[in-house]
This record gives sequence, structure tokens and C-alpha cells, in this order.
Amino acid sequence: MADFNILRPHARFKGLRLSPEVLAPAIVGFLILTIWELGVRLTGMPPYLLPGPLLVLQTLITEWGSLWPALLITLKITVIAFLLAASSGLLIAVLFVQSRWIERSFFPYAVILQTTPIVAIAPLIIMWLRNNTFAALVVCAWIVAFFPIISNTTLGLHSVQHPLKNLFQLYGASRWQTLIYLRLPSALPYFLGGLKISGGLSLIGAVVAEFVAGTGGSASGIAYQILMSSYNLQIPRMFAALFLTTLSGVAIFIALTILSDLLLKHWHESAVRHEN
Amino acid sequence: MADSPPLLQLHQVSKVYRNGTVALKDASLAIAPGEFVSLLGASGCGKSTVLRIIAGLGHPSGGSLWWDDPSHQGDLAFVFQEAALMPWATVLENVGLPLKLRGYPPRQIRSIAQEAIALVNLQGSESVYPRQLSGGMQMRVSIARALITNPRLMLMDEPFGALDEMTRSRLNTDLLQLWQEKQWTVMFVTHNIYEAVYLSQRVVIMAPQPGRIHAEIAIDAPYPRLEPFRTSPEFNEYCRKIAEQLAIADTV
Repeated sequence: MADFNILRPHARFKGLRLSPEVLAPAIVGFLILTIWELGVRLTGMPPYLLPGPLLVLQTLITEWGSLWPALLITLKITVIAFLLAASSGLLIAVLFVQSRWIERSFFPYAVILQTTPIVAIAPLIIMWLRNNTFAALVVCAWIVAFFPIISNTTLGLHSVQHPLKNLFQLYGASRWQTLIYLRLPSALPYFLGGLKISGGLSLIGAVVAEFVAGTGGSASGIAYQILMSSYNLQIPRMFAALFLTTLSGVAIFIALTILSDLLLKHWHESAVRHEN
Repeated sequence: MADSPPLLQLHQVSKVYRNGTVALKDASLAIAPGEFVSLLGASGCGKSTVLRIIAGLGHPSGGSLWWDDPSHQGDLAFVFQEAALMPWATVLENVGLPLKLRGYPPRQIRSIAQEAIALVNLQGSESVYPRQLSGGMQMRVSIARALITNPRLMLMDEPFGALDEMTRSRLNTDLLQLWQEKQWTVMFVTHNIYEAVYLSQRVVIMAPQPGRIHAEIAIDAPYPRLEPFRTSPEFNEYCRKIAEQLAIADTV
């Protein structure tokens, strides 16, 4: 399941010296930006079609005062939705493995909630919670984010080594002991994989919901800034806001990868450093 | 020893799986206290099924089980084919697990677990994680975990099957020493003739399809059995006899 192996902090973030893991993507990034900047300048592309990276950076600095608070609002929605998704996903997964019947009866509805396009139901949720737009946005982001955690954790709770299950049975372990000492630790790598997917989805959910809600005013998030910039043809500003959003997504992923590696470093293949 | 009442008796025990496979048919067997018995046979002859039924991990479809003292029938330990260690827990935590599940206080678990670790010669590895250990050492941890509850009956399901020959013979010697020290009753499943002869007082030969008991051969060599026993003519004679019986079991 989850992409356990995409990033390994032990390999990549521990030694921030100029290892090939850092250097190679940095060179590629620099080349792309250079070609982009040169291309824009040589073809005389107007900034309202495609601004060069230098102009975007400049705009980012000048517009920092309006973009940064907006980003913080979106990140607040993201973090709350993510924490809700993580805790509710874990709880529901634990509930699911208590009995095959519970899982059979309710799992399809989790899937339905997941496959319904958030853009289609966001207006409904926003209408239902029209007195509290913030809560509506959190709910939308939560709907997008919670499914990977449920499905991954459920799978993890089921994938207990059979002899270990027998061993617990043999020593008369209670249901609770089996959950705490066996099922939950077995599911941890799966849960963490779910978190990594869900972290990015929370941000996407928050941004999409903001787009649909179109909330302005003092409490508007980064998506509203993107929207407004595009209406006003402030394309460099739009790119700057977009850049901030992407950077946040990457930061969330890196943070969760580091968390995962810290928790699994002693025992799971995904986090163990091999010498060869 | 032959005169004492059996610790455990199986009376015409059968196991039929839901898909109709007969894993075990009418197996009758008496185990004396303190005895070392091996169950030997090809895969699919019901050796593991016998152990699982005794351990209470599977219910017999027919027949019955008699314990000398029903209040002590839970005093058993199981060593699986795989070491079956929790990868997220240290050696000490793995060994202490049975006591933890029985609600012992942590300090007591710690000291008993350390003793058990010393018995399998793994002192100093208490805080190591299983993946850092070799297969043989993982099996030692598994045995330490089994002996921590001081069981009367030790059920071992091909515990050394996945190990290399040198490690296996080392662990065989150590197991015999522990058996003599602790006075357990051991039921040992294996498909290795030499291992069965070296370890046991009695070898129960099983036949496949349907799984059943085919013959029993007593190994009347004294303990401690030292290295020369492994190469003695007596040893070879037992192996030959058992191989003969296994061949018959396969064709009947």
C-alpha cells in the first residue's frame, strides 16, 4: 500500500551535506527555472500569460503581507482536518476489525463518501453550515482526507502474523490486550502510510473547498487569493500563491515522512538503513 | 517413568477441515510426564495438527483428550516454526510477553525474563531488536519466551526446520540440556530423522493422506547424549529402522 519508500529521511535529510540525493534534484530544479526565465525573456512573453520565476519571487516578497496570513488560514483548516481525519480514521478502523459484520456493513459507505467528488458536495456542506464557514471547510477537507487512513489502517490491523495471533490466544490475551500489544503495533506502518497520503489530501481538500466557498473578507485563505489574483489578472501574484501552496504540501509530506521514520526506525524495513 | 500415569492421552482424535480434508484420523497417543517424544513424518501427515489440538488452537472433530490434571492443562508453551517475535519489541519485551499478558508487575517480568534469556545463552542481547539477530538467535529468543512461564509441556512445531545444520545441531544439544534441567515433557515435531533420533526417547512416525499414526520406535540410548552418539552404529541403526518405516508409511 502506501508509499513507504518514497522518501527516506535517514538517507536524505540527516546529512544535508551536498549528497547526490540533494544535489541532483537541486540541479534539475535550477535548470528548469533557468530555462523558464530565459524562455520568458527571449520570447517576450507578457507576465499575464506566463511570468518568469524571478518576477514570481519578487511578487512573493512584495505581496507577503497579504499572502502569508491567507496561507496560515488554509494551513489551519488543513491541520485541523488532518488531525480529525487521523483520529476518526484510526477509530473507525479499530471499530471495523472488531467484527467482520461491522466492516462489511459500513466499509462501502466509507468508499461512497470517498468517491463522491468533493466539488459536488462542498456547496451542500457550506449551505448546511452557513453560519460557520470555517467548520464547513474543515468538514470538506476531512471528507477528502480520512479514507486513506481508514483503508490503510484496517488493512494493517488485519495483517497480524498468524503465529503471533496464536501465541496471544495461547496465553489467554484479552481482546483489549490483543488490540494494544499486537494489532495496533502491527498496523503502525500502514497507519503512517495512510497519514502520508492523507496529509497532502487535507491540503487539497481545504483548497478545493475554499474555491467552492469563494469566501472573501478577513478570514480568506490562500485559495481565495489564487482565485482573486486570476480574476484581476495578477498572474505573478497567482503564481506566488500557488508556489506557497505547493511548498506547504511538500513540507507536510516531509514532516510526516520524518515522523514515520522516527517511529519505525528500529524495526520496519521501510525505515531501516541498509549498508549495502 | 513408564509406570507413572500419562500426563496426556489422545484417544482416537480426528480433525476434518471444512473443505473435507482429513488432516488427522483416529490418532491415539499417551505421553508420560517428563518424556521427550518426536512426531516425525512428511508434510501433510497431521503432525502440526496434533500439537495445535493439544494446545487448544484447534478443536478436534472427533475423539477426546485426557489430561492427568485438568487444572494444569494450560501449563504449556508452544514454539512455532517461525520464531514469531514481535519486530517492534526488544528481546527482553518479547521474552516477557507471556507474563505481561498474565498481568505480572513490570519489575518482576524484567528479572524473570533476564533469567530466561541467560538460560538460552543470549545475555547482553536484552535491548536488541529481532531483526538484528540471526535465525538461530531468534529461535533462542522464542524458546526463552516459551520457558518463561515454567510450562509442564513444551510443544515444538519444527522449531529448527529453517536453520542451517550447524546451528540446528547446536540448538539440539542446548535443548536437551534444558529439558534435563527443567524436567519438561516435550513433544517435538520434525521431518528430520537424525534430529528425531538424537533428541527423543520415542519417535512417533506419522503417515499422510489421511494423516495418522503409523508406528512408534523407542530410542533406548542413555542421556546425556554426547557428540559420539551421533556417529555411533546404534544411532545409524535407529535411523535406518525409521527410514524403513517412513517408506512403508508413504506407500500404504
